[in-house]
Amino acid sequence: MEIVIIFISAIFVNNIVLTQFLGICPFLGVSKKVSTAIGMSAAVAFVMAIATLFTWLLQYYVLIPWSIEFLQTVSFILVIAGLVQMVEIIIKKISPALYQALGIFLPLITTNCVVLGVAIQVVSNEYNFGSGPHMLGLGQSVVFAVATALGYGLALTLFAGIREQLELSNVPKAFKGVPIALLTAGLMAMAFMGFSGLVSF
Amino acid sequence: MSRNNKLQIILDGIVRNNPTFVLVLGMCPTLGTTTSAINGMSMGLATMCVLLLSNIVISAVSRFIPDKVRIPCYIVVIASFVTIVQLLLQAFVPSVYEALGIFLPLIVVNCIILGRAEAFANKNGVCDSACDGIGVGIGFTIALTAIGLVREILGAGSVFGFKFIPGDGALAFILAPGAFIVLAYLMVIFRKLTSDKA
Repeated sequence: MEIVIIFISAIFVNNIVLTQFLGICPFLGVSKKVSTAIGMSAAVAFVMAIATLFTWLLQYYVLIPWSIEFLQTVSFILVIAGLVQMVEIIIKKISPALYQALGIFLPLITTNCVVLGVAIQVVSNEYNFGSGPHMLGLGQSVVFAVATALGYGLALTLFAGIREQLELSNVPKAFKGVPIALLTAGLMAMAFMGFSGLVSF
Repeated sequence: MSRNNKLQIILDGIVRNNPTFVLVLGMCPTLGTTTSAINGMSMGLATMCVLLLSNIVISAVSRFIPDKVRIPCYIVVIASFVTIVQLLLQAFVPSVYEALGIFLPLIVVNCIILGRAEAFANKNGVCDSACDGIGVGIGFTIALTAIGLVREILGAGSVFGFKFIPGDGALAFILAPGAFIVLAYLMVIFRKLTSDKA
C-alpha cells in the first residue's frame, strides 16, 4: 500500500517539474518535439533509478558510518557523473540501437538537477505516511525514483505536445519562444494543482 | 586591459548576457526559491559567491587540466565551493538555509556556473573571470529578487516581509503556477526594454 502511495504521489501530486521546479532546463530545452521528449525521459528514468540505488548505499554505508555527511554534495555528483559515463559505455556495447536513440541525451543528464535532486531528497527527507515521518528504505527509494521519472516523462511529453501546436500558432513577437512556453507551463502547473487532494494521508 | 573593459564585462553580465532573462539558464532555482524577495535575493547571492570563486579558481588552473577530464574537474571545484557556502549558511543564517532547502546543494548542477566556466573562465584571465562572475552573479541576483518581489506583492501583499496590504493575497502566485507566469511576463518586459535601447 505504501508503495502505491509513493508511486501516485510522486507522479501526480508532487510532480517533480510542475510543483518542485527541478529539471526545468531540459524541460524547456528538449520539449520541442514529442519524440525527443520521450527519448530524454527514458534516459532520465534509467539513470535516475541506478543513481538513486548507488547514492542510497553510499549515504548509509559510507558517509554516515564514517560521519562525513558534509561530503554528500561532492560525492553524489561524482557518483552520478561516473554512472552516466558508465551507462553510456555499457549501452553502446550492449544495444547500439538504444544508444543511437538516447545518444545525445545521456551526457546531458549529469547536469540535470532532477537526478541529484531525487538522490538528495531520498536520503534527507523523511517521507510522511500519516503514521509519522519515516526514512525511505532502499526498495522504496528506487520506486520513488522510478515514479518521479515517470512523472517527469509525463510532464515533458504533454508539454512537448502542446509546444508542437504552439509552433503553428500566431504569437506576439515579444512572447515568442521561452515566455509563451513558460506561460503554458504555468497553466499546466495549475492543472496539476488539481491533484493535490488525491492522496490524503 | 583598461578599467573600462572590466566595467564592460560586468555590465554585459547584468544586461546583455543576463543569465535569467536572456540566456535562460539556471531556471530551477529561479522558479523554486523566489517565493519571496528575501529568498530570491539569498539564492542569488549564494549563487554569486560560488560563481565568483569557481570562476577565479577555474581560470587559474585551466591551463593545467587536460581537455578530456575538464568537466569532472570543474564539477569538483564547484561542488567544493557549494559545500563551503552551504556549511557557512547553516552555521550563521539557519533561517535562509531552511528556506532554500534542496536548492542549495543543487547549485552544483546550476547550468549558469558550469556554463560560465566553459564559455568564459577557461579562456580568460583570473581578473576578467572574476569580473564576469560578479556581473553574471549580480544579473542573476537582480532577476531573482525581481521575481521574488512581484510574487510576494501579489501573493502575500508584502515587500521584503513588511506587510502593506491586509489579508491574504492571491495564493496562486506563491504556489507553482505563479512562478512560471511571473517569470514569463518579466521576461517579456525585459525583452521590450532592451530591444528599444538597441
